[in-house]
Amino acid sequence: MTSEIILQAVVTGLMMGLIYALIAAGLSLIFGLMEIVNFAHGEHLMLSMFSSFWLWSLFGLDPLFSIPITILLLAFCGILTHYFLIRYILKAKMLIQICATFGLSIFIRSIAQLLWTPDFRNVDKPLLEGRIEVGSVFIGQPQLYASLVCLLAFIGLYLFVTKTETGLALQATAQDRHAAEVLGIPSNKMFAIGWAIGLGCVGVAGGMMANYFFIFTDVGINFALFAFVAVALGGFGSIIGCLYAGIIIGLVESLGGLLIDPSFKLLYVFVIYLLVVIYKPQGLFGRY
Amino acid sequence: MLLDIKNIDVLYDDFQVIWDVSINVNKAEMVALLGPNGSGKSTILNTISNLVEHRKGTINFENNLISNIPTFKRTELGISHVLERRRVFPHLTVRQNLLLGAWHPRAKVELSNSLEKIYKIFPKLEIRSEQLAKTMSGGEQQMLAIARGMMGLPKLLMIDEPFLGLSPMVMKDLIQIFKNIVKEGISILFVEQNVRLALSMADRGYVLESGRLVIDGKSEDLIDNEKVTKVFLGN
Repeated sequence: MTSEIILQAVVTGLMMGLIYALIAAGLSLIFGLMEIVNFAHGEHLMLSMFSSFWLWSLFGLDPLFSIPITILLLAFCGILTHYFLIRYILKAKMLIQICATFGLSIFIRSIAQLLWTPDFRNVDKPLLEGRIEVGSVFIGQPQLYASLVCLLAFIGLYLFVTKTETGLALQATAQDRHAAEVLGIPSNKMFAIGWAIGLGCVGVAGGMMANYFFIFTDVGINFALFAFVAVALGGFGSIIGCLYAGIIIGLVESLGGLLIDPSFKLLYVFVIYLLVVIYKPQGLFGRY
Repeated sequence: MLLDIKNIDVLYDDFQVIWDVSINVNKAEMVALLGPNGSGKSTILNTISNLVEHRKGTINFENNLISNIPTFKRTELGISHVLERRRVFPHLTVRQNLLLGAWHPRAKVELSNSLEKIYKIFPKLEIRSEQLAKTMSGGEQQMLAIARGMMGLPKLLMIDEPFLGLSPMVMKDLIQIFKNIVKEGISILFVEQNVRLALSMADRGYVLESGRLVIDGKSEDLIDNEKVTKVFLGN
Protein backbone atom coordinates (compact mmCIF):
# COMPACT_ATOMS: atom_id res chain seq x y z
CA MET A 1 0.00 0.00 0.00
CA THR A 2 1.61 3.21 -1.10
CA SER A 3 0.99 6.68 0.14
CA GLU A 4 -0.27 7.63 -3.32
CA ILE A 5 -3.18 5.26 -3.05
CA ILE A 6 -4.06 6.56 0.38
CA LEU A 7 -3.89 10.10 -0.88
CA GLN A 8 -6.16 9.11 -3.73
CA ALA A 9 -8.67 7.67 -1.27
CA VAL A 10 -8.52 10.80 0.86
CA VAL A 11 -9.25 13.01 -2.13
CA THR A 12 -12.10 10.78 -3.29
CA GLY A 13 -13.54 10.67 0.22
CA LEU A 14 -13.27 14.41 0.62
CA MET A 15 -15.11 15.01 -2.63
CA MET A 16 -17.89 12.61 -1.72
CA GLY A 17 -18.02 14.07 1.78
CA LEU A 18 -18.78 17.57 0.54
CA ILE A 19 -21.78 16.20 -1.36
CA TYR A 20 -23.00 14.29 1.70
CA ALA A 21 -22.58 17.47 3.72
CA LEU A 22 -24.89 19.51 1.51
CA ILE A 23 -27.54 16.79 1.38
CA ALA A 24 -27.37 16.49 5.16
CA ALA A 25 -27.56 20.27 5.59
CA GLY A 26 -30.91 20.27 3.82
CA LEU A 27 -32.16 17.53 6.11
CA SER A 28 -30.80 19.25 9.18
CA LEU A 29 -32.34 22.59 8.25
CA ILE A 30 -35.79 21.05 7.94
CA PHE A 31 -35.40 19.05 11.14
CA GLY A 32 -34.03 22.00 13.08
CA LEU A 33 -36.90 24.15 11.98
CA MET A 34 -39.89 21.94 12.76
CA GLU A 35 -38.52 18.73 14.26
CA ILE A 36 -39.74 16.68 11.35
CA VAL A 37 -37.39 14.18 9.75
CA ASN A 38 -37.76 14.13 6.00
CA PHE A 39 -37.60 10.41 5.31
CA ALA A 40 -38.24 11.21 1.66
CA HIS A 41 -34.96 13.10 1.42
CA GLY A 42 -33.37 10.36 -0.71
CA GLU A 43 -36.36 10.35 -3.02
CA HIS A 44 -36.09 14.09 -3.40
CA LEU A 45 -32.47 13.57 -4.37
CA MET A 46 -33.61 10.98 -6.90
CA LEU A 47 -36.12 13.49 -8.29
CA SER A 48 -33.42 16.10 -8.70
CA MET A 49 -31.22 13.65 -10.60
CA PHE A 50 -34.12 12.71 -12.84
CA SER A 51 -34.94 16.37 -13.38
CA SER A 52 -31.40 16.82 -14.61
CA PHE A 53 -31.64 13.67 -16.72
CA TRP A 54 -34.92 14.57 -18.41
CA LEU A 55 -33.86 18.12 -19.10
CA TRP A 56 -30.86 16.64 -20.85
CA SER A 57 -32.68 13.82 -22.62
CA LEU A 58 -35.72 15.83 -23.75
CA PHE A 59 -34.28 19.28 -24.31
CA GLY A 60 -30.61 18.54 -24.77
CA LEU A 61 -29.75 20.73 -21.81
CA ASP A 62 -26.45 19.78 -20.21
CA PRO A 63 -26.74 19.13 -16.44
CA LEU A 64 -24.35 22.00 -15.89
CA PHE A 65 -26.84 24.45 -17.43
CA SER A 66 -29.99 22.86 -16.15
CA ILE A 67 -28.90 23.08 -12.54
CA PRO A 68 -30.72 26.35 -11.80
CA ILE A 69 -33.92 24.79 -13.16
CA THR A 70 -33.38 21.68 -11.05
CA ILE A 71 -32.83 23.78 -7.94
CA LEU A 72 -36.01 25.78 -8.58
CA LEU A 73 -38.00 22.63 -9.29
CA LEU A 74 -36.84 21.04 -6.06
CA ALA A 75 -37.47 24.21 -4.07
CA PHE A 76 -40.96 24.29 -5.51
CA CYS A 77 -41.36 20.63 -4.64
CA GLY A 78 -40.36 21.56 -1.08
CA ILE A 79 -43.04 24.22 -0.87
CA LEU A 80 -45.64 21.77 -2.22
CA THR A 81 -44.53 19.16 0.30
CA HIS A 82 -45.01 21.64 3.10
CA TYR A 83 -48.29 22.95 1.79
CA PHE A 84 -49.98 19.66 1.02
CA LEU A 85 -48.54 17.39 3.68
CA ILE A 86 -46.33 18.80 6.39
CA ARG A 87 -48.52 21.63 7.62
CA TYR A 88 -51.25 19.14 8.44
CA ILE A 89 -48.98 17.03 10.62
CA LEU A 90 -47.07 19.76 12.47
CA LYS A 91 -48.92 19.14 15.69
CA ALA A 92 -49.38 15.42 15.14
CA LYS A 93 -47.69 12.68 17.14
CA MET A 94 -44.16 11.79 16.17
CA LEU A 95 -45.15 8.38 14.83
CA ILE A 96 -47.65 10.01 12.49
CA GLN A 97 -45.01 12.45 11.29
CA ILE A 98 -42.62 9.58 10.62
CA CYS A 99 -45.28 7.66 8.73
CA ALA A 100 -46.18 10.74 6.71
CA THR A 101 -42.71 11.47 5.34
CA PHE A 102 -41.85 7.77 5.09
CA GLY A 103 -45.08 7.26 3.18
CA LEU A 104 -44.13 10.16 0.96
CA SER A 105 -40.83 8.46 0.17
CA ILE A 106 -42.59 5.26 -0.90
CA PHE A 107 -45.12 7.29 -2.86
CA ILE A 108 -42.49 9.23 -4.78
CA ARG A 109 -40.40 6.14 -5.49
CA SER A 110 -43.39 4.15 -6.69
CA ILE A 111 -44.62 6.92 -8.95
CA ALA A 112 -41.11 7.28 -10.33
CA GLN A 113 -40.92 3.55 -11.04
CA LEU A 114 -44.31 3.66 -12.71
CA LEU A 115 -43.45 6.62 -14.88
CA TRP A 116 -39.82 5.98 -15.62
CA THR A 117 -39.35 2.23 -14.97
CA PRO A 118 -36.56 1.06 -12.65
CA ASP A 119 -33.99 1.21 -15.46
CA PHE A 120 -30.57 2.68 -14.88
CA ARG A 121 -29.89 5.78 -16.94
CA ASN A 122 -27.01 8.13 -17.32
CA VAL A 123 -26.24 11.37 -19.05
CA ASP A 124 -24.16 10.65 -22.15
CA LYS A 125 -21.22 12.87 -22.87
CA PRO A 126 -21.85 15.69 -20.43
CA LEU A 127 -19.72 18.80 -20.75
CA LEU A 128 -17.91 17.83 -17.58
CA GLU A 129 -16.02 14.71 -18.47
CA GLY A 130 -12.68 13.08 -18.07
CA ARG A 131 -10.21 13.44 -15.29
CA ILE A 132 -7.24 15.49 -14.38
CA GLU A 133 -4.02 14.35 -12.82
CA VAL A 134 -2.60 16.27 -9.91
CA GLY A 135 0.74 14.78 -8.95
CA SER A 136 -0.06 11.12 -8.62
CA VAL A 137 -3.74 11.63 -7.83
CA PHE A 138 -6.44 11.25 -10.45
CA ILE A 139 -9.45 13.47 -10.00
CA GLY A 140 -12.61 12.96 -12.02
CA GLN A 141 -13.71 16.33 -13.38
CA PRO A 142 -17.45 15.85 -12.78
CA GLN A 143 -16.75 14.65 -9.23
CA LEU A 144 -14.43 17.56 -8.58
CA TYR A 145 -16.90 20.15 -9.84
CA ALA A 146 -19.79 18.50 -8.05
CA SER A 147 -17.98 18.70 -4.75
CA LEU A 148 -16.86 22.28 -5.34
CA VAL A 149 -20.35 23.41 -6.27
CA CYS A 150 -21.74 21.63 -3.22
CA LEU A 151 -19.14 23.35 -1.03
CA LEU A 152 -20.07 26.72 -2.52
CA ALA A 153 -23.75 26.02 -1.99
CA PHE A 154 -22.99 24.99 1.57
CA ILE A 155 -21.13 28.24 2.23
CA GLY A 156 -23.99 30.14 0.63
CA LEU A 157 -26.48 28.35 2.83
CA TYR A 158 -24.44 29.06 5.92
CA LEU A 159 -24.12 32.75 5.10
CA PHE A 160 -27.82 32.94 4.29
CA VAL A 161 -28.85 31.39 7.58
CA THR A 162 -26.43 33.35 9.76
CA LYS A 163 -26.22 36.72 8.03
CA THR A 164 -29.53 37.56 6.39
CA GLU A 165 -32.71 38.75 8.00
CA THR A 166 -34.72 35.80 6.69
CA GLY A 167 -31.98 33.48 7.91
CA LEU A 168 -32.20 34.97 11.39
CA ALA A 169 -35.95 34.54 11.32
CA LEU A 170 -35.44 30.90 10.34
CA GLN A 171 -33.10 30.41 13.28
CA ALA A 172 -35.51 32.16 15.59
CA THR A 173 -38.37 29.94 14.44
CA ALA A 174 -36.18 26.89 14.93
CA GLN A 175 -35.20 27.92 18.45
CA ASP A 176 -38.60 29.00 19.69
CA ARG A 177 -41.49 28.93 17.30
CA HIS A 178 -44.04 30.67 19.51
CA ALA A 179 -41.66 33.36 20.65
CA ALA A 180 -40.94 34.09 16.98
CA GLU A 181 -44.61 34.10 16.15
CA VAL A 182 -45.49 36.70 18.78
CA LEU A 183 -42.77 38.93 17.34
CA GLY A 184 -44.59 38.83 14.02
CA ILE A 185 -42.59 36.10 12.25
CA PRO A 186 -45.07 33.81 10.48
CA SER A 187 -43.85 30.29 11.23
CA ASN A 188 -45.82 28.68 8.43
CA LYS A 189 -44.05 30.85 5.89
CA MET A 190 -40.71 30.11 7.56
CA PHE A 191 -41.42 26.38 7.37
CA ALA A 192 -42.20 26.68 3.67
CA ILE A 193 -38.96 28.60 3.13
CA GLY A 194 -37.11 25.93 5.11
CA TRP A 195 -38.50 23.19 2.88
CA ALA A 196 -37.69 25.16 -0.24
CA ILE A 197 -34.09 25.68 0.86
CA GLY A 198 -33.70 22.18 2.27
CA LEU A 199 -34.78 20.57 -0.99
CA GLY A 200 -32.94 23.24 -2.98
CA CYS A 201 -29.74 21.86 -1.40
CA VAL A 202 -30.69 18.42 -2.60
CA GLY A 203 -31.33 19.94 -6.03
CA VAL A 204 -27.77 21.23 -6.17
CA ALA A 205 -26.30 17.89 -5.10
CA GLY A 206 -28.50 15.79 -7.38
CA GLY A 207 -28.10 18.10 -10.34
CA MET A 208 -24.32 17.95 -10.11
CA MET A 209 -24.21 14.21 -9.50
CA ALA A 210 -26.31 13.60 -12.61
CA ASN A 211 -23.09 14.27 -14.50
CA TYR A 212 -21.44 11.04 -13.42
CA PHE A 213 -23.82 8.93 -11.36
CA PHE A 214 -26.20 6.30 -12.57
CA ILE A 215 -29.73 7.60 -12.29
CA PHE A 216 -32.39 5.16 -11.11
CA THR A 217 -35.38 5.23 -8.81
CA ASP A 218 -33.59 3.77 -5.77
CA VAL A 219 -30.51 5.93 -6.09
CA GLY A 220 -31.40 8.14 -3.14
CA ILE A 221 -31.67 5.47 -0.46
CA ASN A 222 -27.99 5.23 0.43
CA PHE A 223 -27.50 8.95 0.24
CA ALA A 224 -30.43 9.53 2.57
CA LEU A 225 -29.01 6.99 5.03
CA PHE A 226 -25.69 8.81 4.99
CA ALA A 227 -27.47 12.11 5.42
CA PHE A 228 -29.24 10.81 8.54
CA VAL A 229 -25.91 9.63 9.91
CA ALA A 230 -24.33 12.98 9.07
CA VAL A 231 -27.06 14.93 10.84
CA ALA A 232 -26.77 12.77 13.96
CA LEU A 233 -22.98 12.86 13.83
CA GLY A 234 -22.79 16.62 13.30
CA GLY A 235 -25.45 17.30 15.91
CA PHE A 236 -29.12 17.90 15.34
CA GLY A 237 -29.85 21.44 14.28
CA SER A 238 -26.24 22.35 13.56
CA ILE A 239 -25.56 23.22 9.94
CA ILE A 240 -21.83 23.56 10.33
CA GLY A 241 -21.83 20.15 12.02
CA CYS A 242 -23.09 18.67 8.76
CA LEU A 243 -19.99 19.85 6.94
CA TYR A 244 -17.61 18.10 9.33
CA ALA A 245 -19.82 15.04 9.57
CA GLY A 246 -20.21 14.79 5.80
CA ILE A 247 -16.45 14.94 5.33
CA ILE A 248 -15.85 12.39 8.10
CA ILE A 249 -18.32 10.01 6.47
CA GLY A 250 -16.79 10.46 3.04
CA LEU A 251 -13.31 9.80 4.41
CA VAL A 252 -14.35 6.83 6.54
CA GLU A 253 -16.17 5.31 3.58
CA SER A 254 -13.30 5.64 1.15
CA LEU A 255 -10.40 4.94 3.52
CA GLY A 256 -12.24 2.05 5.15
CA GLY A 257 -12.95 0.63 1.73
CA LEU A 258 -9.32 0.94 0.78
CA LEU A 259 -7.64 -0.21 3.96
CA ILE A 260 -10.02 -2.94 5.11
CA ASP A 261 -12.50 -4.20 2.56
CA PRO A 262 -14.63 -2.23 0.11
CA SER A 263 -17.64 -4.52 0.45
CA PHE A 264 -18.18 -3.28 4.03
CA LYS A 265 -18.15 0.43 3.19
CA LEU A 266 -21.55 1.02 4.78
CA LEU A 267 -20.50 -0.83 7.89
CA TYR A 268 -17.64 1.56 8.69
CA VAL A 269 -19.93 4.53 8.45
CA PHE A 270 -22.49 2.99 10.75
CA VAL A 271 -19.86 1.92 13.26
CA ILE A 272 -18.86 5.58 13.49
CA TYR A 273 -22.52 6.46 13.86
CA LEU A 274 -23.02 3.95 16.67
CA LEU A 275 -19.93 5.20 18.49
CA VAL A 276 -21.26 8.73 18.35
CA VAL A 277 -24.73 7.72 19.50
CA ILE A 278 -23.23 5.82 22.44
CA TYR A 279 -20.52 8.25 23.55
CA LYS A 280 -21.71 11.65 22.34
CA PRO A 281 -25.42 11.41 21.65
CA GLN A 282 -25.77 15.14 21.06
CA GLY A 283 -23.35 14.86 18.12
CA LEU A 284 -20.18 16.82 17.50
CA PHE A 285 -21.80 20.26 17.38
CA GLY A 286 -25.24 19.48 18.77
CA ARG A 287 -27.28 21.71 21.01
CA TYR A 288 -29.68 19.12 22.26
CA MET B 1 -60.46 51.82 25.17
CA LEU B 2 -57.34 50.11 23.82
CA LEU B 3 -58.13 46.49 24.53
CA ASP B 4 -61.59 45.17 25.21
CA ILE B 5 -62.17 41.50 25.91
CA LYS B 6 -65.79 40.49 26.34
CA ASN B 7 -67.06 37.23 27.80
CA ILE B 8 -64.48 34.84 26.41
CA ASP B 9 -64.39 31.09 26.98
CA VAL B 10 -61.22 29.12 26.30
CA LEU B 11 -61.00 25.36 26.00
CA TYR B 12 -58.01 23.08 25.70
CA ASP B 13 -59.57 20.31 23.64
CA ASP B 14 -62.67 19.61 25.74
CA PHE B 15 -61.32 20.97 28.97
CA GLN B 16 -62.54 24.45 29.73
CA VAL B 17 -59.95 26.67 31.38
CA ILE B 18 -61.47 30.15 31.03
CA TRP B 19 -65.10 30.93 31.83
CA ASP B 20 -66.77 34.09 30.63
CA VAL B 21 -63.89 36.49 31.32
CA SER B 22 -64.09 40.19 30.41
CA ILE B 23 -61.08 42.46 30.69
CA ASN B 24 -60.26 45.87 29.35
CA VAL B 25 -57.15 48.03 29.20
CA ASN B 26 -57.12 51.78 28.56
CA LYS B 27 -54.44 53.81 26.89
CA ALA B 28 -51.35 54.44 29.04
CA GLU B 29 -52.62 52.24 31.81
CA MET B 30 -50.87 49.54 33.78
CA VAL B 31 -53.14 46.59 34.51
CA ALA B 32 -52.28 43.51 36.57
CA LEU B 33 -53.72 40.04 36.03
CA LEU B 34 -53.60 38.29 39.36
CA GLY B 35 -54.36 34.84 40.59
CA PRO B 36 -52.80 31.70 42.01
CA ASN B 37 -51.03 29.04 39.96
CA GLY B 38 -53.17 27.58 37.21
CA SER B 39 -55.90 30.20 37.44
CA GLY B 40 -55.64 30.98 33.71
CA LYS B 41 -53.65 34.24 33.72
CA SER B 42 -51.18 33.17 31.08
CA THR B 43 -53.95 31.60 29.03
CA ILE B 44 -55.63 34.98 28.81
CA LEU B 45 -52.47 36.62 27.47
CA ASN B 46 -52.02 33.72 25.06
CA THR B 47 -55.60 34.18 23.91
CA ILE B 48 -54.98 37.87 23.28
CA SER B 49 -52.08 36.93 20.98
CA ASN B 50 -54.11 34.07 19.53
CA LEU B 51 -51.59 31.42 20.53
CA VAL B 52 -54.72 29.87 22.01
CA GLU B 53 -58.12 30.20 20.37
CA HIS B 54 -61.21 31.27 22.24
CA ARG B 55 -64.63 29.75 21.69
CA LYS B 56 -67.02 32.42 22.78
CA GLY B 57 -66.86 36.18 23.18
CA THR B 58 -64.96 38.91 21.39
CA ILE B 59 -61.57 40.60 21.54
CA ASN B 60 -61.41 44.19 20.31
CA PHE B 61 -58.24 46.21 19.91
CA GLU B 62 -58.65 49.93 19.24
CA ASN B 63 -62.32 49.22 18.53
CA ASN B 64 -61.54 46.66 15.81
CA LEU B 65 -62.49 43.04 16.21
CA ILE B 66 -59.25 41.03 16.16
CA SER B 67 -60.57 37.61 17.19
CA ASN B 68 -59.62 36.01 13.87
CA ILE B 69 -56.32 37.72 13.16
CA PRO B 70 -53.40 35.26 13.28
CA THR B 71 -50.72 35.64 15.94
CA PHE B 72 -47.97 36.97 13.72
CA LYS B 73 -50.10 39.85 12.45
CA ARG B 74 -50.89 41.18 15.91
CA THR B 75 -47.51 42.78 16.51
CA GLU B 76 -48.16 45.07 13.59
CA LEU B 77 -51.43 46.16 15.18
CA GLY B 78 -49.48 47.16 18.27
CA ILE B 79 -49.69 44.15 20.57
CA SER B 80 -46.37 42.84 21.90
CA HIS B 81 -46.34 39.74 24.04
CA VAL B 82 -43.41 38.89 26.30
CA LEU B 83 -43.92 35.21 26.97
CA GLU B 84 -43.54 33.44 30.28
CA ARG B 85 -39.96 32.47 31.20
CA ARG B 86 -38.39 35.04 28.87
CA ARG B 87 -38.10 32.84 25.81
CA VAL B 88 -35.21 34.73 24.26
CA PHE B 89 -33.58 32.99 21.30
CA PRO B 90 -30.73 31.32 23.17
CA HIS B 91 -28.35 30.75 20.26
CA LEU B 92 -28.69 34.23 18.79
CA THR B 93 -26.87 37.31 20.01
CA VAL B 94 -28.55 40.01 22.04
CA ARG B 95 -28.51 42.31 19.05
CA GLN B 96 -29.99 39.69 16.75
CA ASN B 97 -32.74 39.04 19.29
CA LEU B 98 -33.54 42.74 19.30
CA LEU B 99 -33.51 43.01 15.50
CA LEU B 100 -36.05 40.22 15.28
CA GLY B 101 -38.29 42.21 17.58
CA ALA B 102 -38.69 44.82 14.85
CA TRP B 103 -40.12 42.55 12.19
CA HIS B 104 -43.07 44.41 10.70
CA PRO B 105 -42.46 47.28 8.24
CA ARG B 106 -43.48 50.07 10.60
CA ALA B 107 -41.00 48.85 13.22
CA LYS B 108 -38.24 48.29 10.66
CA VAL B 109 -38.36 51.91 9.58
CA GLU B 110 -37.79 52.95 13.17
CA LEU B 111 -35.19 50.27 13.83
CA SER B 112 -32.16 52.43 14.55
CA ASN B 113 -34.19 54.86 16.66
CA SER B 114 -35.74 52.04 18.66
CA LEU B 115 -32.38 50.40 19.19
CA GLU B 116 -30.87 53.62 20.46
CA LYS B 117 -33.79 54.12 22.81
CA ILE B 118 -33.67 50.55 24.07
CA TYR B 119 -29.95 50.81 24.78
CA LYS B 120 -30.62 53.95 26.78
CA ILE B 121 -33.23 52.18 28.90
CA PHE B 122 -31.23 48.96 29.21
CA PRO B 123 -27.53 49.98 29.00
CA LYS B 124 -26.44 46.42 29.78
CA LEU B 125 -27.92 45.17 26.53
CA GLU B 126 -25.66 47.46 24.56
CA ILE B 127 -22.58 46.24 26.42
CA ARG B 128 -23.61 42.65 25.77
CA SER B 129 -25.00 43.17 22.29
CA GLU B 130 -22.69 40.64 20.61
CA GLN B 131 -23.08 38.01 23.31
CA LEU B 132 -25.29 34.94 22.86
CA ALA B 133 -28.54 35.39 24.74
CA LYS B 134 -28.15 32.07 26.57
CA THR B 135 -24.97 33.27 28.26
CA MET B 136 -26.75 36.06 30.14
CA SER B 137 -28.19 35.94 33.62
CA GLY B 138 -31.90 35.46 34.18
CA GLY B 139 -32.43 39.13 34.95
CA GLU B 140 -30.60 40.23 31.83
CA GLN B 141 -32.59 37.77 29.74
CA GLN B 142 -35.79 39.21 31.15
CA MET B 143 -34.61 42.69 30.21
CA LEU B 144 -33.83 41.40 26.72
CA ALA B 145 -37.25 39.80 26.37
CA ILE B 146 -38.99 43.03 27.35
CA ALA B 147 -36.70 45.11 25.16
CA ARG B 148 -37.37 42.76 22.26
CA GLY B 149 -41.10 43.21 22.80
CA MET B 150 -40.68 46.98 22.74
CA MET B 151 -38.80 46.87 19.43
CA GLY B 152 -42.15 46.14 17.79
CA LEU B 153 -43.39 49.60 18.87
CA PRO B 154 -46.35 48.28 20.84
CA LYS B 155 -49.35 50.19 22.03
CA LEU B 156 -50.03 47.35 24.41
CA LEU B 157 -47.17 45.48 26.02
CA MET B 158 -48.20 42.19 27.60
CA ILE B 159 -45.70 40.66 29.99
CA ASP B 160 -46.07 37.24 31.56
CA GLU B 161 -44.52 37.02 35.05
CA PRO B 162 -41.91 39.75 34.56
CA PHE B 163 -40.40 39.35 38.00
CA LEU B 164 -40.01 35.59 38.09
CA GLY B 165 -36.64 34.74 39.57
CA LEU B 166 -35.31 38.29 39.65
CA SER B 167 -33.27 39.76 42.46
CA PRO B 168 -34.86 42.63 44.45
CA MET B 169 -32.40 45.08 42.93
CA VAL B 170 -33.25 44.14 39.36
CA MET B 171 -36.92 44.10 40.28
CA LYS B 172 -36.75 47.68 41.50
CA ASP B 173 -35.13 48.79 38.24
CA LEU B 174 -37.75 46.97 36.23
CA ILE B 175 -40.64 48.55 38.12
CA GLN B 176 -39.21 51.98 37.35
CA ILE B 177 -38.81 51.02 33.69
CA PHE B 178 -42.44 49.92 33.54
CA LYS B 179 -43.56 53.22 34.98
CA ASN B 180 -41.54 55.09 32.35
CA ILE B 181 -43.01 52.98 29.57
CA VAL B 182 -46.54 53.83 30.70
CA LYS B 183 -45.61 57.49 30.90
CA GLU B 184 -44.85 57.35 27.20
CA GLY B 185 -48.42 56.33 26.49
CA ILE B 186 -47.88 52.58 26.16
CA SER B 187 -50.22 50.32 28.13
CA ILE B 188 -48.92 47.37 30.07
CA LEU B 189 -50.91 44.26 30.90
CA PHE B 190 -48.91 41.94 33.11
CA VAL B 191 -49.38 38.68 34.92
CA GLU B 192 -48.12 38.38 38.47
CA GLN B 193 -48.58 36.13 41.45
CA ASN B 194 -47.33 38.54 44.05
CA VAL B 195 -50.48 40.56 44.76
CA ARG B 196 -48.91 43.23 46.91
CA LEU B 197 -46.10 43.91 44.47
CA ALA B 198 -48.43 43.96 41.48
CA LEU B 199 -51.00 46.25 43.05
CA SER B 200 -48.34 48.62 44.30
CA MET B 201 -47.43 49.44 40.72
CA ALA B 202 -50.56 48.79 38.63
CA ASP B 203 -53.48 51.19 38.14
CA ARG B 204 -56.01 48.40 38.16
CA GLY B 205 -56.11 44.68 38.76
CA TYR B 206 -58.13 41.65 37.77
CA VAL B 207 -58.17 38.63 40.05
CA LEU B 208 -58.74 35.20 38.57
CA GLU B 209 -59.51 31.92 40.27
CA SER B 210 -59.80 28.63 38.38
CA GLY B 211 -60.47 30.43 35.12
CA ARG B 212 -63.16 32.74 36.43
CA LEU B 213 -62.93 36.44 37.19
CA VAL B 214 -63.47 36.89 40.93
CA ILE B 215 -63.03 40.59 41.40
CA ASP B 216 -61.56 43.56 39.64
CA GLY B 217 -61.03 47.22 40.38
CA LYS B 218 -58.57 49.95 41.22
CA SER B 219 -55.41 48.81 42.90
CA GLU B 220 -56.04 50.76 46.11
CA ASP B 221 -59.47 49.13 46.43
CA LEU B 222 -58.10 45.63 45.89
CA ILE B 223 -55.04 45.77 48.04
CA ASP B 224 -56.75 45.05 51.35
CA ASN B 225 -59.84 43.45 49.93
CA GLU B 226 -61.01 40.36 51.78
CA LYS B 227 -62.10 38.57 48.64
CA VAL B 228 -58.63 38.90 47.15
CA THR B 229 -56.99 37.55 50.27
CA LYS B 230 -59.39 34.61 50.18
CA VAL B 231 -58.42 33.69 46.63
CA PHE B 232 -54.79 33.48 47.56
CA LEU B 233 -55.04 32.02 51.02
CA GLY B 234 -58.14 29.87 50.67
CA ASN B 235 -61.07 30.03 53.03
